[in-house]
Amino acid sequence: MAAFTIATGTGNWFSALALGVTLLKCLLIPTYHSTDFEVHRNWLAITHSLPISQWYYEATSEWTLDYPPFFAWFEYILSHVAKYFDQEMLNVHNLNYSSSRTLLFQRFSVIFMDVLFVYAVRECCKCIDGKKVGKELTEKPKFILSVLLLWNFGLLIVDHIHFQYNGFLFGLMLLSIARLFQKRHMEGAFLFAVLLHFKHIYLYVAPAYGVYLLRSYCFTANKPDGSIRWKSFSFVRVISLGLVVFLVSALSLGPFLALNQLPQVFSRLFPFKRGLCHAYWAPNFWALYNALDKVLSVIGPRGFLRCLTLCALSSFMFGWHVHEKAILLAILPMSLLSVGKAGDASIFLILTTTGHYSLFPLLFTAPELPIKILLMLLFTIYSISSLKTLFRRSFTLVAQAGVQWHDLS
Amino acid sequence: MEKWYLMTIVVLIGLTVRWTVSLNSYSGAGKPPMFGDYEAQRHWQEITFNLPVKQWYFNSSDNNLQYWGLDYPPLTAYHSLLCAYVAKFINPDWIALHTSRGYESQAHKLFMRTTVLIADLLIYIPAVVLYCCCLKEISTKKKIANALCILLYPGLILIDYGHFQYNSVSLGFALWGVLGVSCDCDLLGSLAFCLAINYKQMELYHALPFFCFLLGKCFKKGLKGKGFVLLVKLACIVVASFVLCWLPFFTEREQTLQVLRRLFPVDRGLFEDKVANIWCSFNVFLKIKDILPRHIQLIMSFCFTFLSLLPACIKLILQPSSKGFKFTLVSCALSFFLFSFQVHEKSILLVSLPVCLVLSEIPFMSTWFLLVSTFSMLPLLLKDELLMPSVVTTMAFFIACVTSFSIFEKTSEEELQLKSFSISVRKYLPCFTFLSRIIQYLFLISVITMVLLTLMTVTLDPPQKLPDLFSVLVCFVSCLNFLFFLVYFNIIIMWDSKSGRNQKKIS
Repeated sequence: MAAFTIATGTGNWFSALALGVTLLKCLLIPTYHSTDFEVHRNWLAITHSLPISQWYYEATSEWTLDYPPFFAWFEYILSHVAKYFDQEMLNVHNLNYSSSRTLLFQRFSVIFMDVLFVYAVRECCKCIDGKKVGKELTEKPKFILSVLLLWNFGLLIVDHIHFQYNGFLFGLMLLSIARLFQKRHMEGAFLFAVLLHFKHIYLYVAPAYGVYLLRSYCFTANKPDGSIRWKSFSFVRVISLGLVVFLVSALSLGPFLALNQLPQVFSRLFPFKRGLCHAYWAPNFWALYNALDKVLSVIGPRGFLRCLTLCALSSFMFGWHVHEKAILLAILPMSLLSVGKAGDASIFLILTTTGHYSLFPLLFTAPELPIKILLMLLFTIYSISSLKTLFRRSFTLVAQAGVQWHDLS
Repeated sequence: MEKWYLMTIVVLIGLTVRWTVSLNSYSGAGKPPMFGDYEAQRHWQEITFNLPVKQWYFNSSDNNLQYWGLDYPPLTAYHSLLCAYVAKFINPDWIALHTSRGYESQAHKLFMRTTVLIADLLIYIPAVVLYCCCLKEISTKKKIANALCILLYPGLILIDYGHFQYNSVSLGFALWGVLGVSCDCDLLGSLAFCLAINYKQMELYHALPFFCFLLGKCFKKGLKGKGFVLLVKLACIVVASFVLCWLPFFTEREQTLQVLRRLFPVDRGLFEDKVANIWCSFNVFLKIKDILPRHIQLIMSFCFTFLSLLPACIKLILQPSSKGFKFTLVSCALSFFLFSFQVHEKSILLVSLPVCLVLSEIPFMSTWFLLVSTFSMLPLLLKDELLMPSVVTTMAFFIACVTSFSIFEKTSEEELQLKSFSISVRKYLPCFTFLSRIIQYLFLISVITMVLLTLMTVTLDPPQKLPDLFSVLVCFVSCLNFLFFLVYFNIIIMWDSKSGRNQKKIS
């Protein structure tokens, strides 16, 4: 019987949570999906039936390829599985084709790719040390963080109803954050570089990465009071970081450079004429300003997380052509902070409740109304009560409130 | 207060699963001329709204009984009438006499699904929550986990929110009845149960245990004093509730008789379609349905049913206890399901409800039974194109049970409540020590068979000569499982002694 338990994978709580939310995602298969569904079907068709030289020029459908090359390759790989479901969806001229098999394939592909997100959440949980808090499972920070991330309302409705592939992308981001926490800076940098070439919207938080890596990796030692020891600047490290970013970019953009298509690719990725560049880049200046302002007070990975969240929020508030879905860019990293300190938890609760509520207009169909209300209530009630319980407990402990991150700086 | 937020989360999860299942197809979707149960319910709204009460159960030019004639007791009719008033407010086309036949639209589907959700939310879910909160001798966490497992039971969700029915109303009322009677609010409990019977006559499967338990309580209190008073009060409540529900139909003898004829269609034969009971399974080998005359079939099913449930009921009268009552509900309903006349596969839900109630006492066996009960309805669910929700909800239920109760660690004789039984057997057969092992192996075989049959039914085509092969196999396998459970539950009841009850439950 024990073998049966292990075989069914339900021996521990993390698997149960991951399996549970996966089953919920399967139940969401027949819900309404937005035009993003057609967008991705079109990209499957483009990458499958056309040569690379045509990918960024194809314009039969209005939903042209406007994500970086790695995402195109991802769609290309998916298309080879898709052909076993329904060959017709890979025809570029089959606009708005959505047979039941197409729907099944697309939905399953999102659910399947979330495996990366689950793995990343697991890695993030390893970075939390909750020894000082109560022994009750549901009050452990690891458990709460797992629920807040795996069952995140925004991700559920954007990915599995509206239809997008944010799950595995945020998985990459969380994994890179976890690696930075684990002092595996090169891996963290590599993962983030890869992420940028999947979806360039993460450029918004690139300054946070840049500053942190500069501060904590390129300067190998600190003075006793925590400030920068300028002499400990390591050129080797800077070069190796640069090399990693360069190699990833070369892998991604190389083929298009060879085809002399770089301008076309960039015009697809950043669809603005030069005159509008100011408005587009302005939020990054804001973010950069905020981030640089905090350079001297950036201490350790937690500071990096704050910086990242700040960049994401600034870009959301002031950015150009920002989608409401971009609030997820701020909410997910903030979840990691929320199980750390009570103050962060309260900010997180405000951010997440309002942020998730702002996603409501995404689902405007009647049958989905109860789903979004129920899931929103579920997530909000859980986050408020679990975080409240977590920090109520820690106030009664003699040691300092909250849990310690594995930051040794 | 921590309990309340966790319970709220459990209810929200239950509601979310229910609503997402309801996004799928319903019975008879897009299948004229008869459609299915969904159209039947819509038709009843049409009939009850447009015709006077006297005509509801009679055949007339406006009410063709061959096309989904009313065959549930009056409370269902009143409920349909209530829904019809709301429908009229939103879109009168939905219930227009004659012209609304086969009406199907997204908006209408939304309306119908919402009526099920509201009925569930008002009657069944509060009963489950209250029942779990009132459980004795288990921790708060276990109570909440119990509620989660009961609310995730796939059978009820798939039938009510998929196929389309209102079982949650009758089962909810029955649960309120169980609650009332177990907590010594006998009058309210009886009232609730009468409402259940008056909503769906299948609840009569539960009637005998209620009767025996209450009778046993009266005897215990002494028939010369308090017991007699209680008996009289109960009789009055029952009679009063029946009279109130049937009032419009008691005015004429013919009305009452016609309703009874609609409720108990003895002309329809021993069984209809494929159902996982004895007669259908037996019919595979020997066509009793064709060989034996109708009245012999009736007598035979009557005898078998009552013979199999009598021991438990008699014990309940003599030793009324809450635990005995719940187990007798299970065994009685199961006896009826296996041996009774004109049983439908959905009637297994009447057995599933009491099994859900004993989930905390015998988690392993209850989970097993509830999985088989969902599996037994597979042909029906496949017909309604509910394969994906069925698989997903079954897996979710299984995971919930395994993590909440660690069911695989609770397979010892004591935890299966078979200790007294095996001690008795060991008096004659000292080597009888493998009961626990045997049961574990049986479970494995059962699950493997169910999974294989499901895969075969979904992927393969049946041979030309035997088009119903897979449905019959499903029914047959389920029937075997149910027979095993019938024996098991009866053993628990008969070997349950006072000393067994005094042992603290380890949870």
